Amino acid sequence: MDLGLLVEWIIKSVVIMGVLLTGFAYETWLERKVVSKMQFRIGPNRAGPFGLLLPLADGIKLIFKEELTPAMADKWVFRIAPIMSMVVALITFAVIPVGPSINLFGRVIPLRLADVNIGLMYVLAVSSLGIYGIVLGGWSSNNKYALLGGMRSAAQLISYELALGLSLMGVVMLTGSLSLVDIVNAQAGNFWNWNIFLQPLGFILYGICGLAETNRAPFDLPEAEQELTAGYHTEYSGMKFALFFMAEYINMVNVSAIASTMFLGGWRAPFGFIPEWTGPIWFFIKVITFLFIYIWLRATVPRLRYDQLMNFGWKVLLPLAIANVIVTAITMALRQVYAPNAVVTVTFGSLLLMIAAVFLWRSWTSRSMRRRPPLHGTSAEGAARTA
Amino acid sequence: MSLLLFGILAVIALITAALMVTARNLVHAVLMMVANFGTVAIMYITLSAPFVAVVQVAVYAGAIMVLFLFVVMLLGEQQLSFDEPFAGQRMAAGVLGLLLAIMLLVTLFTASPAVLQTGLTAEQIGRENAQRVGELLYTQYLLPFEATSILLLIAMVGAVVLAKRRLL
Repeated sequence: MDLGLLVEWIIKSVVIMGVLLTGFAYETWLERKVVSKMQFRIGPNRAGPFGLLLPLADGIKLIFKEELTPAMADKWVFRIAPIMSMVVALITFAVIPVGPSINLFGRVIPLRLADVNIGLMYVLAVSSLGIYGIVLGGWSSNNKYALLGGMRSAAQLISYELALGLSLMGVVMLTGSLSLVDIVNAQAGNFWNWNIFLQPLGFILYGICGLAETNRAPFDLPEAEQELTAGYHTEYSGMKFALFFMAEYINMVNVSAIASTMFLGGWRAPFGFIPEWTGPIWFFIKVITFLFIYIWLRATVPRLRYDQLMNFGWKVLLPLAIANVIVTAITMALRQVYAPNAVVTVTFGSLLLMIAAVFLWRSWTSRSMRRRPPLHGTSAEGAARTA
Repeated sequence: MSLLLFGILAVIALITAALMVTARNLVHAVLMMVANFGTVAIMYITLSAPFVAVVQVAVYAGAIMVLFLFVVMLLGEQQLSFDEPFAGQRMAAGVLGLLLAIMLLVTLFTASPAVLQTGLTAEQIGRENAQRVGELLYTQYLLPFEATSILLLIAMVGAVVLAKRRLL
């Protein structure tokens, strides 16, 4: 094997991990700052200018905290769970291209760790493993709140994974490739070539499912404070807790990066005349924008109730995602027969679907979303109350 | 190199499989099975079949085993008892397993060399792994593929019927 290639891979891996871990630290800073501004507070301002040293102080605090293991806990699983969460979060980034190939010291170095021909499938498969950390953490803690949080998360992640995968399939069909590099290349040129204009519905579905997959507000039921103290990580402290925390924030970065790659042209600049080497900058801007929206949503939207969450996932998101795939397939077939402007047909189909979705949503919310399940008494009472 | 890798993976796969069968704790058994699936997935990658590897991880480790875990936690029956639900179960399973192993070995060694040595062509290994699988599924193997999907649908409907019997 080429030794240079091996060194290149090692350097890239180290850089990816370094960037993700530092990025995580400053993401927490960003979140605190943004949320505090939205709530008319000042936020962190003690450690360093603008509180910029706060993540460092947090890290030191977490390292020196006492690590507790609950009595009768399953020690090995309790230890493995946060590690699994963290590993899965870190390796997802391997296939995401952050820029074009550059010439460095006479070597052509592509700005990505790997270009596998099943890149997107890899991302989906790896992120489907992220659930183990949460579920096992909840189970091994020997705590009923933790267990409930873990179970909720298992149900939630399985439900939203289907719609998540299907929402990306439209893009895959249009590109004809599962490789993320090919998907980015297919969006070259000016910004109206980006997939978001061909797949607006797919983009929105992916955004919602991505929120749910990362357990972020308004889908943070696995750690709903009011009901479950802290959910699956109730019993975790010190660095073990920090690993769960890191995994959540790195997953946010992953989801943002995939959304940028799939729908917003990845590292491609909005206009074709901008030189390609600026790629990483554009990628960074796109990811930061998504992260900001994440934080914005957390500060704005209240948490869903559990039955609402399940209904929403199975009865709204999944049918829409399937419909999106079907409409994309039909428009692509029509394109082959009539060969008119493909962009118009696909976008038109997707827009029609979105309008249908809004109507579906409105009629559905008026009927079932506002119906509360009976809290006590007989079901007849509950039915009478809602009628 | 590849033989060494295969040897290591095979040993890990066998150990995890054995641990899974002998584990008293159901959650540990599930974990061992996930590890086993992961090892097998790496074997697929070494065989230049990344698509199958990824599907293995996504479907088995990512979905089915999570459902197992979910059910195990929901039922709360985490410790297995030593007694057999059916008399002579272990014995029967051992005999059947042995028969299966013998059959597989016989098939492997009596198969014509052409079957054994036909690897994937460079074209099949290349960038179009997923496309190839899709093409085959929708042309040559259309009938089995559709039959499988109908089978799964029936299983799903059956599960719903069983679970909702009171409401029907």
